[in-house]
Amino acid sequence: MLLHVKDIHKTYHTADGPFDVLRGIDLTLDAGETLALTGESGSGKSTLLHLIGGLDTPDAGQIVLQDRDIATLDDTARAALRRGTVGVVFQQFNLIPSLRISDNIAFQARLAGRHDPAWIATLTDRMGLSAHLSKYPEQLSGGQQQRVAIARTLAPKPRLVLADEPTGNLDEATASTVMDLMLELVSEAGAGLLMVTHSQALAGRMSRRLHLKAGRVA
Amino acid sequence: MTKATLQALLSHWWRNPLQLFTLLAGLALATALWSGVQAVNAEARASYDAAAATLGEGQYDRLVRRDGQPIAQDTYVTLRRAGWLVSPVVQGRLNGVRIVGVEPLTAPSGIGPVAPQEGTDVVSFLTGDGQLFGTAETASRLPDYAFVITPEAAPGTAVTDIGVAQRLLGKPEQIDTLIVLPSQPMGRAALADVAPDLMRQSAQGGSDIARLTDSFHLNLTAFGLLSFAVGIFIVNGAIGLAFEQRRPVVRTLRALGVPLRRLIVLMGAELMLFALVAGVVGVALGYVIAALLLPDVAATLRGLYGADVSGNLQLRPVWWLSGLGIALGGTAIAACGALYQLAQMPLLAAAQPRALAMAAGRRARVQGQVALALLAIAGVLMFTANGLISGFVLHATLLIGAALALPLVLDRVLAGLSSLAKTMTAQWFWADTRQQLPGLSLALMALLLAMAANVGVSTMVSSFRLTFTDFLDQRLASELYVQVEDAAQSDALVAFAGPRTNAILPIQSTEVTIAGQTTEVFGTRDHATYRDNWVLLQAAASAWDSTFTNDTILINEQLSRRAGLDVGDLVQVQGQDFSIAGVYGDYGNPIGQAVIGEDVFAILFPDVIPQRFGLRMDPAAVPDFVKELEQATGIPAAQSVDQARIKAISLAIFERTFTVTTALNVLTLAVAGFAILMSLLTLATMRVPQLAPAWAMGMTRRQLGKLELLRAMMLAVLTAIVALPLGLALAWALLAVVNVAAFGWRLPMYLFPLDYVRLGLFALLAAALAALWPARRLARTPPADLLKVFSNER
Repeated sequence: MLLHVKDIHKTYHTADGPFDVLRGIDLTLDAGETLALTGESGSGKSTLLHLIGGLDTPDAGQIVLQDRDIATLDDTARAALRRGTVGVVFQQFNLIPSLRISDNIAFQARLAGRHDPAWIATLTDRMGLSAHLSKYPEQLSGGQQQRVAIARTLAPKPRLVLADEPTGNLDEATASTVMDLMLELVSEAGAGLLMVTHSQALAGRMSRRLHLKAGRVA
Repeated sequence: MTKATLQALLSHWWRNPLQLFTLLAGLALATALWSGVQAVNAEARASYDAAAATLGEGQYDRLVRRDGQPIAQDTYVTLRRAGWLVSPVVQGRLNGVRIVGVEPLTAPSGIGPVAPQEGTDVVSFLTGDGQLFGTAETASRLPDYAFVITPEAAPGTAVTDIGVAQRLLGKPEQIDTLIVLPSQPMGRAALADVAPDLMRQSAQGGSDIARLTDSFHLNLTAFGLLSFAVGIFIVNGAIGLAFEQRRPVVRTLRALGVPLRRLIVLMGAELMLFALVAGVVGVALGYVIAALLLPDVAATLRGLYGADVSGNLQLRPVWWLSGLGIALGGTAIAACGALYQLAQMPLLAAAQPRALAMAAGRRARVQGQVALALLAIAGVLMFTANGLISGFVLHATLLIGAALALPLVLDRVLAGLSSLAKTMTAQWFWADTRQQLPGLSLALMALLLAMAANVGVSTMVSSFRLTFTDFLDQRLASELYVQVEDAAQSDALVAFAGPRTNAILPIQSTEVTIAGQTTEVFGTRDHATYRDNWVLLQAAASAWDSTFTNDTILINEQLSRRAGLDVGDLVQVQGQDFSIAGVYGDYGNPIGQAVIGEDVFAILFPDVIPQRFGLRMDPAAVPDFVKELEQATGIPAAQSVDQARIKAISLAIFERTFTVTTALNVLTLAVAGFAILMSLLTLATMRVPQLAPAWAMGMTRRQLGKLELLRAMMLAVLTAIVALPLGLALAWALLAVVNVAAFGWRLPMYLFPLDYVRLGLFALLAAALAALWPARRLARTPPADLLKVFSNER
């Protein structure tokens, strides 16, 4: 098993008092498996994704990734996890605006110390970005930028890919193309994919679907 | 990982060269002003040290005449025969060069023309026309004399054998001081028995000139620090904005797995690298500034203190290292806050550039409290400060307190103006200006500091000029001043001038110690010139009458303040008690001065004869009188100086004294103008999302550009309004606290409204020029850029 999430709890302290975002979530994911996380806004999907990605820590529960409980890791170890094991695709792309597309794609692989020029060339070619390598992010369209973000995430060949509404900012046709590519590449890499989405169509293309409601699995 | 992260961080600057330029230029300018001032100070101090080394100032005890007159050569011979190991020195000026005559055979090692070495012809040094030792620059001022070039010699000083010096200076058989060698034979006769008219002065460590000029250099240093502070505001602004713009990237880097600690170390190292580069550029610029300022500083120091300072600048480690140090330290201070915020930034907070106005709330409260505390301290110091250090603390608290208070004051003013707005455009303008304020506040603080310093210093200098001009009119009342060389010339002058002038006023003085202070005491003839012209700051009844009848003494303000003497106190001069009848203003004089009656002066100092005379006569008759005097008595016309010429010389020295201050003033203001330009340019790139809605709702880009220009000018005007009272408070502190502590006299404060209006217009112009480029860029922003704000593609 690639990922095992056990009884995760998370509370945010707001001006109106404590708000329980996650109230005992359990889930599992195997290598090569794809899982869609759906649910209404505020149901805790993104929070769960952030906890699994080591971007935040749970208040209670376990997140076992490749036999290691990441909920107990310190800041530096979680940073290492994000660098080497997990790849996150953000809704807002989060590219580095001052780096060229080629450098953006290679960036995370270089951080992880797994820079493979041949694999990056394949990714670039498959994503249709070869003609844009010397450009800067601001010179690309939203769809193109999202493809760069996906290529960047897949470049170091992470064991687990987390995607937070990766096509939320794209039109339907572009979103479909980008998803096709992502699923294809994740499958080739043998990685697990956990994707947050509002789209029923996209969710339907995943191996499994998990619906969250008010911080619990519905 | 480090390489990739560093590449990502540095690429920001590559893509935003203007921001990098702002950072480097701000820091370089700040370093330049600081290291320029330090270079000038270092050069001057090195010159004092060289001069002190030449004469062993502060190292050896000396023998001098009690009445300050030259020592006869016979006295020296008598002392040597009585077993005293002393070495004679004679000094004077020739063509502006300080000639120092020493006796190499008896002088302690290290004194005089350094140890005889290569190029030294001892025979020539001791005999014939003699040789002079000095720098090439000194030699060029005395082209007719044989020089041995010694680069390490004191500037403007030529050292030679005492016999040669006596001849060159026209002081035959005269010695100014006798250096007492450290080891003296046991059982030698007491000084009082061998030479009762001599007294022994102890070595005090350090040179007199260095002590005398300390306050001048402290003032320069304070100005350098002020300029640096203004520069640091630019650096702070540039770093703050750069970090603000890079927040999303920093979050992305962390999300992708770069540890926070490494990120902070790399960003800190990146800034230190920039600081080093800017520091080197700044030191180079500082060298240029120092080279431009040094001739005026040298002239000032010579005019004010008689100190010779080399006009040639050397690359001394003390100032270029301090320049680099302050660049690195300044950057570290400016970056501390930004790096701290970065360390505290949550990884999952919204990854959008935070609106600068937003998080200002809590910070503004703390800033307001600090400003209030500093201004309260300044308020207390205004009543209690009485020394140089407390004077500078007063200045610092006033300046920093006011700078911190400025954004809050402006915010309140803008809120008030906003409530008066009638049209939607006006309401949007005021609201938008308030939102812009946090981003511009550092530049506005820099402008405030520069303008306040300008108002303060110009008020001080102009008040000084006005007082000094009046003072010269009072003190240089005689129409003609004549110098005589000996008693024969003195008699001839008196005989010739008696029937041709209204009054002959001998000017005779000698140096004494009164209440522990070195004081020049004058014996003055009873005449209306003094009663009518001299202004007494404090006086007993009939002060002049009792002084002219030899019962009382008048002292200058410096002596009064330094020795804590007031009217009615008793002081001793040459063993005789005098009651102080008055205190007079004596601006520009670094030492104490006193006036007693002519008769009692003659009794106390019988050997002192007048060497100068002031003659009261019809001004129109002066030219003919000088010619006739030369024909009748042989006193050369060169020894006569008319009043107008002395005043012109004095005023020229005065003006040159403040050339440096004026130059630093202008440079500081220019740096502040630069701060505004850079802040506006940097902000312009972050302004598009705020301006796009206004454009979409019907305002033209041209209108927006005009409003940007108007905003900058309006903020400059508001800052100028705050700067005026602050500058006047600074001027008051300079005149009432710093000046008194540094020079020993207090000047009346005058106001110069036209100067302030001119300065305000200058600031307005600077702000307009600074805003012109960003406004023009804004007016030409492509609609596509504005449209991007409304799409998800940003």
